[in-house]
Amino acid sequence: MATGIKDKVAILGMGCSRFGERWDVGSEQLINEAFTEALADTGIERSQIGAAWFGSALDSVNVGNSAIPLTTALRLQGIPVTRVENMCATGTEALRGATYAVASGAVDIALAVGVEKLKDTGYGGLPVPGKGTLNDLWMPYCSAPAGFAQLAAGYRARYGIDRELLKRALATVSWKSHQNGVKSPKAHLRKAVTMETILNAPMIAEPLGVFDCCGVSDGAAVAIVTTPEIARALGKKDLVTIKALQLASSSGRESGMTEWDGARVPNTRMAAAAAYKEAGIRDPRKELSQIEVHDCFSITELVTMEDLGLSEDGHAVQDVLDGVYNADGKIPCQIDGGLKCFGHPIGATGLRMVYEHYLQLLGRAGERQLKNPTLGLSHNLGGVPYNGVAAISIVGLM
Amino acid sequence: MSRSTRGIVSYGAHIPRLRISRAAIAEAHAWALPGLKGQAKGERALCSWDEDAITLAVAAARDAVRDNGRAAPAALTLASTTAPFADLQNAVIVASALNLSTSTQCSDLAGSTRAGLSALAQALESGAEGDALVVAADRRSAKPGSSQEMQFGAGAAAIQVGEDASLAKYLGRESVSHLFVDHFRATGEKHDYYWEERWIRDEGVAKVIPAAVKRLLAKTGRAATDVKWFGLAGAPSGSDKLVAKTLGIAPEQIIPDLASNVGDCGTAHAPLQLIHALENAKPGDLIIVAAFGQGCEVLAFEMGEGTHRPATGLAKSIAVRIPETSYLKMASFEGEIDLEWGMRAETDVKAALTQHYRSADQINAFVGGRCKVCNTVQFPRLPNCVSCAAPDSQAPFNFADELGQVATFSADWLQFYLAPPLYVGLVQFDVGSRLLMEIVEVGSAGIDVGTRLSMQFRIKARDRKRHYSRYFWKAVPVR
Repeated sequence: MATGIKDKVAILGMGCSRFGERWDVGSEQLINEAFTEALADTGIERSQIGAAWFGSALDSVNVGNSAIPLTTALRLQGIPVTRVENMCATGTEALRGATYAVASGAVDIALAVGVEKLKDTGYGGLPVPGKGTLNDLWMPYCSAPAGFAQLAAGYRARYGIDRELLKRALATVSWKSHQNGVKSPKAHLRKAVTMETILNAPMIAEPLGVFDCCGVSDGAAVAIVTTPEIARALGKKDLVTIKALQLASSSGRESGMTEWDGARVPNTRMAAAAAYKEAGIRDPRKELSQIEVHDCFSITELVTMEDLGLSEDGHAVQDVLDGVYNADGKIPCQIDGGLKCFGHPIGATGLRMVYEHYLQLLGRAGERQLKNPTLGLSHNLGGVPYNGVAAISIVGLM
Repeated sequence: MSRSTRGIVSYGAHIPRLRISRAAIAEAHAWALPGLKGQAKGERALCSWDEDAITLAVAAARDAVRDNGRAAPAALTLASTTAPFADLQNAVIVASALNLSTSTQCSDLAGSTRAGLSALAQALESGAEGDALVVAADRRSAKPGSSQEMQFGAGAAAIQVGEDASLAKYLGRESVSHLFVDHFRATGEKHDYYWEERWIRDEGVAKVIPAAVKRLLAKTGRAATDVKWFGLAGAPSGSDKLVAKTLGIAPEQIIPDLASNVGDCGTAHAPLQLIHALENAKPGDLIIVAAFGQGCEVLAFEMGEGTHRPATGLAKSIAVRIPETSYLKMASFEGEIDLEWGMRAETDVKAALTQHYRSADQINAFVGGRCKVCNTVQFPRLPNCVSCAAPDSQAPFNFADELGQVATFSADWLQFYLAPPLYVGLVQFDVGSRLLMEIVEVGSAGIDVGTRLSMQFRIKARDRKRHYSRYFWKAVPVR
């Protein structure tokens, strides 16, 4: 009988590069920047790392296939290193691999690295990757915002919400994150933005304007994990442990059958249910101190509030407008500015979110420090709402 | 079976919905060619970037074959002077979209805009077993600023012929082959080169057509005064009236030349005029259609008692329109200007021909699956059912004629798309299935969740490096 991952693995150290248009550095330097911080945080030697998982999603603009780009960047000789790719859940997947390796007893200390260098494409937004030789023959080539914007149409239809009200709630989602991003030194976008600017921004994919879309950035994030026992033996007192790591992938039901209402992301709901169970969370609204969700687009964040069980179905619009998820609200969401302000270097994002929880839980979040947080949830959504991968990680104080 | 009953058993038509105002074309050129204003009347059909002779042909052919009560055609001929492939049989692509058997005899006919009627005559005079489907389609291109740019249109006509034809009986044909070079287009060239219209009309049309029609009337034992419907294609404007007068056919018997609302459809034009007659004639009416071109082709029919009519046909296809006034959009769709679409346009859309062949019925004919275990219909057709995961459970299920509605959508301004915005969304089919599709021909009416949709065969991607268009199905609002 599976017992889950709760408290079996502790975070020994974390690091995160500055996110942004890092014209000055390549992926190798971004990895190094995050790794150097993480290694210093752990107090161990590089040679003590027993295995590594390397998350990188888009090899066309990145460092190339396989483990080699990581082993070369960090000169990790001879240890097992695995490259993982699972769209926007890639960073979380790296953490999952490293965590499971430690929990299994295969290694004492494991490394999870996520990186993406999006600003080597030459244009804004994400490149459109191939979808496989069969899918390429029939599947429309649409941009990521157009994939997620469809949630807006579905949500409006499902709950009978008029366009203007939804647009205002979406703008509020982005407005809140920009407010938070001001206090995040490593964020890409650190300017508050007015509601008017957000509402009047050029259209990207109806109804999403430019400010409904997350930034496009370069960045890397790193976690080094071990067992709580080893962490204590290494002198760590306040331990942040993994409470849950769950993933749910679509089999094509939402996009192939008629049962999906277009107003939710079933994968997120499945992953959340499994994660709450694994972490022993009964009432997420009361127990979660803070959340970092996949706000690739404002509509994604809004719908995710319902998918995580934090807003009642059909009530996220009102909760968002009421400030429930603001920095001073009941459940602060994207306290660091989220994808909105950090951008979304795909391989790094999941780890970057956990990094924020890690800082908050250890009281290291500076200006944006929350009061006595105990449990943080991260959420990634890869692909499109109707055909994708949802990942949830929950970390907390032990 | 007696040959005397061979004739038309069904027909279908397709005119692209986009219609560009001729005033908009003239206005765009007014700085240099103010004289074009004289032709700036009405509108003409315009193809979007994802329509070509093949997609037009498929739409007309589907209209002709759907529920027509006949066995599937044993032969298919595509007549076109603008078919996209010089060496890759265009008719086979049409046949594959129609999901016709691989034993269908397919052929392309080209070389002259009269080829539409030539193909029809050949099918009517063929002694082969079974019905033949003749499709004529053209997406005509003209040089910016030319008269042809004002006059040309686009469209397709499909006519199924066979024995026991109750719709219209074939009476005969007169064919003239005569090297009168009114216009030409060398292989590989994009635009036609035309001589003076007055010479074409007076020295060509006026001498060739009346004589041919007279011979055909004589052969069939009819008089000019018997002609109830007379159509002439491929000739300068007004030629039909001139010829009718010469022959003694009353002006009211002239089939509309479709100039004011469609434009000259090349090979499809005379067949479309024939369809106009079929849509309006009474049993017993004598129909004569002629196409001018290096001589001419003239065909005669007698309207029968048959009652089958297609779902769309010509009149409705003309009526359902999306007005367009942007000449620059037209120039872009026609490939006359190449906008800077940004780096996103650099994405390679090379198709794996191996994969394409493996999944030919899915991609060309839109054949998905129906689960033999739980009955769920689905696309694409994969080894395990989307609903019950039963392995190797899929029987073919054709989506091409299924209707659906918008379940989710967005209008994408970011993605590279030659007719922005790209409307994309989940289409919910009435048979209980969903598919992410491109939605085209949205127009100013817009779409929302619930908008009704039908399916159309269109260009999915144009590989600009290798000059290969590949096709798939897109959703079109039912208007």
